[in-house]
Amino acid sequence: MPVIIKNTPFQPYQALQHYEETALGQNNAVGASNIFIGTMRDFNEGDQVKVMTLEHYPGMTEKQLEKIIAEAHQQWNLIDSLIIHRVGDIFPNEPIVLVAIWSSHRGDAFDACRFIMENLKSKAPFWKKERLINEQERWVLTNTNGYLNT
Amino acid sequence: MSIKIRYFASLKDYIGRSEDEISYENVLTVTEVWQQATQNKVKPQNTLVSVNMDYVSWDDLVNDRDEVAFFPPVTGG
Repeated sequence: MPVIIKNTPFQPYQALQHYEETALGQNNAVGASNIFIGTMRDFNEGDQVKVMTLEHYPGMTEKQLEKIIAEAHQQWNLIDSLIIHRVGDIFPNEPIVLVAIWSSHRGDAFDACRFIMENLKSKAPFWKKERLINEQERWVLTNTNGYLNT
Repeated sequence: MSIKIRYFASLKDYIGRSEDEISYENVLTVTEVWQQATQNKVKPQNTLVSVNMDYVSWDDLVNDRDEVAFFPPVTGG
């Protein structure tokens, strides 16, 4: 159930393949895998965004993410999970976050992945600062509740 | 006794520094730590607080050598 914070770009599909071939190994009980990948888009609040800097609270980030994962493993029947999250400078189209769940059944995989993602959004101490194409810089003030988005 | 205080993101900009250390004699609440460390600066709405990297409420007590952190709502993911 690793939590990995990276300050350099990562390739989520390669990371997944590597994890499945090494740490997870061949597990014949796996019947469902659910993957969420969040990437940086080049617009926010009607403005073009050039680059984003992600700050975090080292130590607390890992502690909170490990708590969220532990809660998910308590609530659903999961075989394994993996979180990778970027910090530092991130450019449009680069991956920000990967949440992967392995379980025997799809319900657990879907629900736990969503739970981890929504809790990460509201509890893990990361903060985004955007630089717009006109060089203006601004902090992102709040994350929206993913369950309320249309 | 002493407490280490950290500020992150927009709150670090607002306070003008990333860390503080305060000494005290009586037990302090998180609110009192904020008041002492920032010299009673107005607390921005929705400011969050942690002690030793766990979320706490503003009435919670802080112990010797605890690390208190103040920060705005989180925006990762």
